[in-house]
Amino acid sequence: MATKSIGQEYLKGLWDENPVFRQLLGMCPTLAVTGTVITGMAMALATTFVLIFSSLVVSSIKKLIPSQVRIATYIVVIASFVTIADQFLKAYFYSISEALGPYVPLIVVNCIILGRQEAFSSKNSVGRSLIDALGMSSGFVLALFVLSAIRELLGAGTFLGYQVMGPWFKPWIIMILPAGAFITLGVLLGIALLIESKTKRSQ
Amino acid sequence: MELAAIFISAVLVQNFVLYYFLGICPFLGVSKKIDSAFSMGLAVTFVMSITAVVSWLINNLILIPFGLDYLQIVSFILVIASLVQLVEMFIRKISPPLYQALGIYLPLITTNCAIMGLALIAALNEYSFVEAVIFGFSSGIGFTLAIVLIAGIREQLDLADVPEPLKGAGIALIVAGIMALAFNGFIGMLT
Repeated sequence: MATKSIGQEYLKGLWDENPVFRQLLGMCPTLAVTGTVITGMAMALATTFVLIFSSLVVSSIKKLIPSQVRIATYIVVIASFVTIADQFLKAYFYSISEALGPYVPLIVVNCIILGRQEAFSSKNSVGRSLIDALGMSSGFVLALFVLSAIRELLGAGTFLGYQVMGPWFKPWIIMILPAGAFITLGVLLGIALLIESKTKRSQ
Repeated sequence: MELAAIFISAVLVQNFVLYYFLGICPFLGVSKKIDSAFSMGLAVTFVMSITAVVSWLINNLILIPFGLDYLQIVSFILVIASLVQLVEMFIRKISPPLYQALGIYLPLITTNCAIMGLALIAALNEYSFVEAVIFGFSSGIGFTLAIVLIAGIREQLDLADVPEPLKGAGIALIVAGIMALAFNGFIGMLT
């Protein structure tokens, strides 16, 4: 781990260890809120906030946490930041908070965040944990952006709420439905694996 | 009538896995064999029923009367985590055969978003006590139904010729999508 440069530490979250496409973590919010780009991005940014600050706190107090209760401690730290994010969204972006429904509080059980605390922040310095959290959240933002852009474009013919498809375009209702989320993500996982195997072979 | 509507809605129409996308991790992870999928479903149903009771009590007897709604997230997650541990210890003492059947799945459930989601959705919908209990139980049944169905399909898929990159999670998600589409047809039952 220590041999990785700062750049590599950041980049691994984007592709090699992308939380959604490669590790299959955090699938619930990924599928649930990607009907439109706006809700997808709001979710991704809220998760980013929680991940970065939890990593900072956990990595700075890692020596004080007894190992028997470490998971419980992580959960309390994460839950505090999720509460902050939830209250913030309710206060300043009420319509987005309504659209996201129970999924903002559910960030607390997002396995990406707990996973990074256990696998990385509890063993590495504050600086490295910050870079790692930034990388992982960028990977999460990337995944949610791709998924929600495809679903909004095909499902409503819009992007960020603006009409981009011409009048000839008939929206695919299925993309807005839960079924569309499952199928799109399944196909994207397949494409990610295909790219991976192609690049491996050429090396 | 109202209670029957909650039951049908939680099992078929607003199925936890296929409508709310909660509990996807066990849905993909423990759905390779029908037997283990069924045990997982039972364990989830069991914990969901208890969670519905406990979270309702906490929410309506402690948090709301004292104006502490903003502590919902922290208190629910802590209570659920300790509850699962307690249930695990209790079952191990009382009924070893049941522990054999559910044991390894119980710890996994702590991090299962379906349980936390259940507590939050029940609080959001402001269910009464009886409604919350029915909601918890029937959501568990809905989860069991979905995970057993997909396990059945995946057992058959082992013999099918799936394109290499889609093997594993990819094809499971696509199958889940088609199942969600089928479940979508149940919406007509409620209106």
